[in-house]
Amino acid sequence: MSIRSKIFFKGVSDVAPLMIPVVPFGIIFGVLAIDVGLSPLTTMAMSIIIFGGASQIVFLQLFSAGASSLVILSSVGAVNSRHLLYGAVLSEHMSDFKMTWKIIISYFLVDQAFAVTNPYLKKSNDKDKVFHSFGAGATCWTVWQTTTLIGIFLGSIIPEKLGLSFAVPLTFLALLVDDFRKLINVIVIIASGLIATVGYEVIPFKAYVIVAAVSGLLLAMILTKFKGLNNG
Amino acid sequence: MVEWSLIIYCGIITFFSRYLMIAILKKEMFTDRIREVLSYVPSAIFPAIIFPAIFLDNSGDLLLEANPKIFAAIIAILVGLITKNVIATIFSGLISYWFLIFIIFS
Repeated sequence: MSIRSKIFFKGVSDVAPLMIPVVPFGIIFGVLAIDVGLSPLTTMAMSIIIFGGASQIVFLQLFSAGASSLVILSSVGAVNSRHLLYGAVLSEHMSDFKMTWKIIISYFLVDQAFAVTNPYLKKSNDKDKVFHSFGAGATCWTVWQTTTLIGIFLGSIIPEKLGLSFAVPLTFLALLVDDFRKLINVIVIIASGLIATVGYEVIPFKAYVIVAAVSGLLLAMILTKFKGLNNG
Repeated sequence: MVEWSLIIYCGIITFFSRYLMIAILKKEMFTDRIREVLSYVPSAIFPAIIFPAIFLDNSGDLLLEANPKIFAAIIAILVGLITKNVIATIFSGLISYWFLIFIIFS
């Protein structure tokens, strides 16, 4: 086996355990997309073109609620703003990559791929280390497309009374489990949730997601500032 | 076709949020303060999806009494707190929801 394919498969095996929660998430996305009336082709195209679980679910939620394009775009933008956080570390290790590779890796780099790419790039000096990111990303991509497809098929079989749409809040809840124990996070979670719930009918254009998110982030800014003052 | 152009635009936004950090952002551009605030993005945005889906009914009205989703969500939170496991959180919530709607509330 060549060195490149060895590094590629190291990326595949590193990211594989993280794919377990992605399986139900992808299936749920496929089922819900069919549920809200998207065609199988559109659903598949969404997974290929957007390729980001949280972005796609937020899209579906707002699209089915009849939100405007601008609101959907800004909400998806807000969901993606968490990616900027990784920039500080990743850009440093990827500065030697060719432009084409940067584009390919950017398309593939979902949360799970980030999680394994970052520690690997930190310690590896191999000139072919980009193949690790490629392997991890391609694995995430394959799992996401396959599970979307499974969801599309199941979507026409699963009865509506099972209430599978409830899996959406549960999935996002699960993404927050690490934050439940931190006081500031809990305050931000409750504030954002209340604003969204109250604002659902009151805030025009279904902009409740973006309004709640911005308010929550402002609150986090204020609370962390106070925390910083107390500690200093 | 509005939905197709919308999907493509969302794809572009998602791509560039990743590309920006790889190709353009530099370590020096992020102060510890910015990093700290950005780490709260999931806590600020995900509840905006979670809460309305639990507390509101299909027509957007507040549903606080006899709402199986509230109980199921509490169980999911407890399981999440104890196990810190994504799968266990999702499935404990779904299973208790089904138990409630098909056995208790039916």
